[in-house]
Amino acid sequence: MKITDINALNKKANELRKSIIETVYEAQSGHPGGSLSCSDILTVLYFNQMNIDPKKPNDMARDRFVLSKGHCSPALYSVLALKGYFDKKDLQRFRKLDSYLQGHPDMKKVPGVDMTTGSLGQGLSSAVGMAIASKMNEAGCRVYCLLGDGEIEEGQIWEACMAAYKNKLDNLCVILDNNDLQIDGKIEEVSGLDNIEGKFKNFGFHVIKVCGHDISSLIDAFETAKQTKGVPTAIIASTIKGKGVSFMENEAGWHGKAPNKEEYERAIMELDTAQYMG
Amino acid sequence: MNIDKKIATRQSYGEALALLGEKNSNIVVLDADLSSATKTGIFAKKFPNRFINVGIAEQNMMGIAAGLSTFEKIPYASTFAVFAAGRSYDQIRNSIAYPKLNVKICATHAGITVGEDGATHQMIEDISLMRTLPNMKVMCPSDDTQTRWAVEEISKIEGPVYLRLCRLATPVIYDENQEFEFGKGIQIGNGTDATIIATGVTVSESIKAQEILKEKGIQVRVVDIHTIKPIDEELLVKCAKETKQIITVEDHNVIGGLGSAVCEVLCNKYPSKVKRLGIQDEFGRSGKAEELMQYYKIDAKAIVECVEK
Repeated sequence: MKITDINALNKKANELRKSIIETVYEAQSGHPGGSLSCSDILTVLYFNQMNIDPKKPNDMARDRFVLSKGHCSPALYSVLALKGYFDKKDLQRFRKLDSYLQGHPDMKKVPGVDMTTGSLGQGLSSAVGMAIASKMNEAGCRVYCLLGDGEIEEGQIWEACMAAYKNKLDNLCVILDNNDLQIDGKIEEVSGLDNIEGKFKNFGFHVIKVCGHDISSLIDAFETAKQTKGVPTAIIASTIKGKGVSFMENEAGWHGKAPNKEEYERAIMELDTAQYMG
Repeated sequence: MNIDKKIATRQSYGEALALLGEKNSNIVVLDADLSSATKTGIFAKKFPNRFINVGIAEQNMMGIAAGLSTFEKIPYASTFAVFAAGRSYDQIRNSIAYPKLNVKICATHAGITVGEDGATHQMIEDISLMRTLPNMKVMCPSDDTQTRWAVEEISKIEGPVYLRLCRLATPVIYDENQEFEFGKGIQIGNGTDATIIATGVTVSESIKAQEILKEKGIQVRVVDIHTIKPIDEELLVKCAKETKQIITVEDHNVIGGLGSAVCEVLCNKYPSKVKRLGIQDEFGRSGKAEELMQYYKIDAKAIVECVEK
């Protein structure tokens, strides 16, 4: 089931983007901007990197993924549906009363969701716990945790980074979706956060900088992370919020807003005619 | 009750935890730089590979415990009650209680009986905060024997549990043959003049009050509510029916704690007047634990006065 062809992975990422737009449009609620920015990262993880089997979502030996930026559930649910964890039709019930697809990921309701998230800053601690447990059990699992760049303003993230370094969690790979925007505007302007690379380095991480929309570079980064021993890895992925839909790109306003019918049709048309990188 | 033999429940916890570690290899213990005070250091010494010290980072500790539990570990996360239920409330809520993960939050130094450290360290809202969380179970053992039982018992309960423990050494109430059952209160005595409902450190004070009142010809019963959630509704209703007055006493704010929990049951099942002894919605202060129990009127003397009024 592992896809190695770069073009095929790009196509898959495009399919994921369309699914995100459809899901948020149907719900008329949800977070398209950050979901689109992490689409290529999720595609590489779920279709190329992670040791997982949708038929055995609770297999103890599987790799784990924690979507710490839980509001990007449209991306996670869509990639799980594309991977075959559940019927893609269920995405149409996202955020609706009778659905198991809650606004933010619920591990007890959704097959394939490894951790309940939503309150920012908490997922990395859970991922650290998983990585420690995997080492205790000699289970050989890798644990991936996707953070938003706005999210790392939460102090708990740095508490978790300390623990990851202290416990030599080389089976932990953090991916930072570095799209430079948060709800109220540019990261630097809202919080003053800068030099993210230096911060992770100072906390003892092996840091890899990569274009978060370049499938082939992402694969290389994940492979390098696997070879890294004794310290955790942080992949800082430069991304574009709203990537793939021109009018959503780099617009903080599309953080948590659903498209109307006209916008939806335009977005789908753009994605249908997209030219892929790589 | 053995007045002369006094042990703090945090001490019983530490010792019981080290024994439990032998029986169950899935037990993992976490602490946030307080292992000498919470007594998890005893476990740490015995099982260094199953002990995780996260440093002064309680929120992170709760998250790590959540992650460990997804690998079928049974994490016991320990720190002072004010840092567990207070500082890490959102982590407990979203990363533990909502997904119903099998994490045991064992909080020591609860209540004003922390003593000299004062209000910043005297957690008087934790029962309230923890019992309001869906999926969370709440226990507050009253002595050494009961604590040793509770430490093992909660490992058999699937899902999150908050175990409230104290710093103050209190009398050993129960002998080793005493049987306990999760969710079932213990009635001590059959007096019908009043029921004194207590939890944790106030149980031994209630028993002392019971003895003083007996000499005065007033027959009361004491109910030890070691499991605050789910609470023993049947026993509470039975006592309300059989006795003339109901008094609750707790080392906790009267808002949201044991007294509130008792009132919630009785207002539905057997409306009764309930007098609530506890911290009367104010922050604590520095002093010796015994002095503070007297000051806040949660000691035997205050209970006696309340019954007599």
